Amino acid sequence: MEYKNILTTCTYCGCGCNFYLENLDGSLTGTIPCKTSPVNEGKLCIKGWNAHEFVQSDQRLTSPLIRREGKLVPVSWEEALDYTASELSSIRSEHGPDSLAFLASAKATNEENFLFQKFVRAGVGTNNIDHCARL
Amino acid sequence: MTNSIGDIEEADCILITGSNTTSSHPLIADRVYRAKENGARVIVADPRRIHIAHIADVHVQQRLGTDVALLNGIMHVILEQGWQDQEFIAQRCEGFQALRDTVKQYPPSTVEEITGVPAQDIERIAEIYARAEAASILYCMGITQHTTGVDNVKSLANLAMLTGNLGRPGTGVNPLRGQNNVQGACDMGGLPNVFSGYQQVANSDANNKFASAWQADLPDKPGLTIPDMMAGLEDGSVQGLFVLGENPVMSDPDADHVGKALQKARFLAVQDIFLTETAQMAHVVLPGVSFAEKDGTFTNTERRVMRVRQAVDPVGDARQDWEIIQQLSNRLGYPLDYSSPQEIMQEIAGLTPSYGGITYDRLEGHGLQWPCPDSEHPGTKILHQERIARGLGLFHAVEYQPPAESVDEKYPYWLTTGRIYTHYHTGSMTRNSPTLEREAPEGWMEIHPQEAQKLGVSTNDRVRIVSRRGSVEAAAFVTEDINPGTVFISFHFAESNANILTNPATDPVAKIPEYKVCAVSLEKAA
Repeated sequence: MEYKNILTTCTYCGCGCNFYLENLDGSLTGTIPCKTSPVNEGKLCIKGWNAHEFVQSDQRLTSPLIRREGKLVPVSWEEALDYTASELSSIRSEHGPDSLAFLASAKATNEENFLFQKFVRAGVGTNNIDHCARL
Repeated sequence: MTNSIGDIEEADCILITGSNTTSSHPLIADRVYRAKENGARVIVADPRRIHIAHIADVHVQQRLGTDVALLNGIMHVILEQGWQDQEFIAQRCEGFQALRDTVKQYPPSTVEEITGVPAQDIERIAEIYARAEAASILYCMGITQHTTGVDNVKSLANLAMLTGNLGRPGTGVNPLRGQNNVQGACDMGGLPNVFSGYQQVANSDANNKFASAWQADLPDKPGLTIPDMMAGLEDGSVQGLFVLGENPVMSDPDADHVGKALQKARFLAVQDIFLTETAQMAHVVLPGVSFAEKDGTFTNTERRVMRVRQAVDPVGDARQDWEIIQQLSNRLGYPLDYSSPQEIMQEIAGLTPSYGGITYDRLEGHGLQWPCPDSEHPGTKILHQERIARGLGLFHAVEYQPPAESVDEKYPYWLTTGRIYTHYHTGSMTRNSPTLEREAPEGWMEIHPQEAQKLGVSTNDRVRIVSRRGSVEAAAFVTEDINPGTVFISFHFAESNANILTNPATDPVAKIPEYKVCAVSLEKAA
């Protein structure tokens, strides 16, 4: 059996508590608060203590989906990405880049948000990007 | 936050308003409890008797949406008693006379009529806050989610500047950001008007800098905010929407209306980890990965950039979100070729002055608080130390304005919304966590015993809550922790979605919706 602890930052509120995620043979089994964290100093709230629980939930999306005859059905990544790109392209060529809008995410990392706004502004050509900071 | 989380323990007085700190930011509440143990005085101004109010030296329950009046009343008393910091005002601020003239119109007796807060409590708050050596303000969405959200924040800044409570340990105006990386998403330019580091898209120097780094022509007209995107979907000016890790069907005000707007989209793509209410409406769903399956950084509420590390392989065929974005961009004819999140951070540091000194190596240990402009800079614990960032701190003379919607004969109760301890936002993560779901499997509506008696309901009876937008059912929870005439529900539960009820009226500047105030009627459900 293989057991690992990986130090990371909580995904819930803006406190940003640090904890170790426990990985036992590829399954997340728990969290251990980080004592040296300047934020939480070894404590966690109920959400932090259970932050590993949803990660491998059987409700997770495990495959791209496309709507066919009203239903979302699993497809390959190639197909999903080609379809998404072609829909975005055709709306852009018919109505211009400002007919597309993009929501970034307060759950995503800095790197993902930076890349996303680069894609939206430079790749698509619009500043129609916002996220739920107001919500 | 202008100050830091650890710094809260340095305060002699902590004023908490519009923040249910214990439920929403438990590890910040912990600092408040420790400060209290060290002798700090705690003031809580919140329409509900929230958990942290139990340790307060003064707790007042202002009527919903009357924060500006309350704060003006506190400043009125401070000025009348001469408790302001005249030296700080003279050397570091401007616009004082206009503020003085305005708050003169808010004596405690007038403010008591508007807010329902007894005049002597207003006087006590003024005295405790103004006479503390170091006083800190903590606030959250109870301050910002109003049509006067910007006015509310300006009023808090007025109060801090008036008493010189800025730029020193234990002071500050400290918004507690609700989501793990809402600070970072703003810092990184996930906003319609700015690139990363709040560099304006309409500023030609900034625009040219990014255009040359990215080798692309960049639009210089600010884009649409979320409410404008929804309006655009309705009138056809927006045809396609791409949603990365958000759930607007649950999280936006007047949710039924948002659902209808999304139905009009010619194309809706959702990239997420669960089949959220929004993903269920999509034409295509792209499975990204959770925090535990990725590398990167989050920036917390005290501006601290910290590492996120991959602890486990992605589930099924889920893919790294940055790779999905890159693969889409390549297909749209704008090639991107990063090999890792670390490489993206190098570009962030190069283009974003406040992140200029941030590298993954330097984030080992305690992370770094921005501004961190170069590789030698230790990061910034407290903002506005020697001088206020804009030069002189500007006082804003702000008049009280009532909320957009008021109670009337048909909708006689005030409704406010918020978070509970065990759940988070639209519940896509916490409701898929068995332990948390077991703790609180359904939403409830808090109501004062007087009102419950009038309606003939007891705790756990079903109540139908109706606003001008729609109606939901929830179980009653009868409690004296809320004012008579006001009810509360949380926004985590699709079965009793608070945002079917909430008012989409927004603040004219920040475009933040007035989630915290609307008018409803109540009836016992069959």
